[in-house]
Amino acid sequence: MSSERNRRRILAVAAIMVAAGVLAFLAFGGIGENLVYYWSPTELQASGEQAQGATIRLGGLVEPGSIQHSEDGLTLKFAVTDGEASIPINTTSVPPAMFREGVGVVVEGSVNRAGEFETQRLLVKHDNQYQAPGEGESLDMAEMMKSMQFEMEKQDKEKESAE
Amino acid sequence: MTRQFKWDSGLGLLGLLLLFVGSYIGLFVAPAERYMGETQRIMYVHVPCAWNAMLLYTLAFIFAIVSLWTHRPKWDAVTTAAVEVGIVLNALLLVQGSIWARATWGVWWDWDVRLTTSLIMVLLFAGVLALRSFVHDAGRRATWTAIATIVAFVDVPLVYFCVRWWRSLHQVQSTPDTVAPMMVVPLRINAFAILFLAIWMMAQRVRVELARRAQDQVAEPERIAPIGGSTNA
Repeated sequence: MSSERNRRRILAVAAIMVAAGVLAFLAFGGIGENLVYYWSPTELQASGEQAQGATIRLGGLVEPGSIQHSEDGLTLKFAVTDGEASIPINTTSVPPAMFREGVGVVVEGSVNRAGEFETQRLLVKHDNQYQAPGEGESLDMAEMMKSMQFEMEKQDKEKESAE
Repeated sequence: MTRQFKWDSGLGLLGLLLLFVGSYIGLFVAPAERYMGETQRIMYVHVPCAWNAMLLYTLAFIFAIVSLWTHRPKWDAVTTAAVEVGIVLNALLLVQGSIWARATWGVWWDWDVRLTTSLIMVLLFAGVLALRSFVHDAGRRATWTAIATIVAFVDVPLVYFCVRWWRSLHQVQSTPDTVAPMMVVPLRINAFAILFLAIWMMAQRVRVELARRAQDQVAEPERIAPIGGSTNA
């Protein structure tokens, strides 16, 4: 019976090691570098004409003052920024109620020949701030930018290089 | 059946009461969110479900190790109960999240890393129960349930950390600093409410499982079956 018990204990250790190994691979294997949920405007701009035509997601903040509705109300234009680069967006989709200046958005679509990002899927990203109306209503772009994970990545890298 | 009052009934009642109090504060006392408005109130059930689902899966992981180590029926029953209740909360969490997503992000679903890992989480643990139902022998069933639970657990830390490690649509965790104080109160109350209700549900499931096992043993005396052995072929 004791060998049977040992066998189960070995299985327990093996199962934990498999679980830990998979997790470590996912955490430190650099998957994030190949598998990106959205591009930042800087990254999209850097890729230049290569990005034209391909279906991609772009994430950033809606640039204040950039929202323009066409006269017939059918198309919406605005710009998405990460503080450095700014990409013009063109869409005929109806924006979610949360859409406003300075909010984080993720748009899915592609860059056309004119260099505009055409999208039919416009998602509004929410940050982790939950406040009552009137409290801390400053629309600080630097503060809002924290809702974008590429900003967190950048800050992490800065922290690492400072150490 | 004796009608004596069990400890977990008290916990279940307390959980129900807290859920009522917490939800009342969440719906009528706490302020509406400045941008999301009334929709944000779904947070008071969504976040507690998420916390408790991950807590129950973590407990299941620990119970599974103990179950493999000791091979006592009790630990197998507790592991299974934690997985089952975890699945209930996980499913609720996905539905609530989807409703909230429609109102906030504008879509019911998106293959972002948080949503995808949360869906994988419920499928993995449902797989544990499926595997369990295929194994007839009680001893082997306990062993395979425990191993599958340990392997499925991989996804739980991933669900928690993915929003920090990778870009996603889902925001990172909020902290008491990023949530208005009057919103933190119902959030905390409901977290404990759902925790107590979950423990109550687990206690019922453990009793049923142990009773079923006892019945099986009466009907068909349990044979000692080593793993990979063929004593009961």
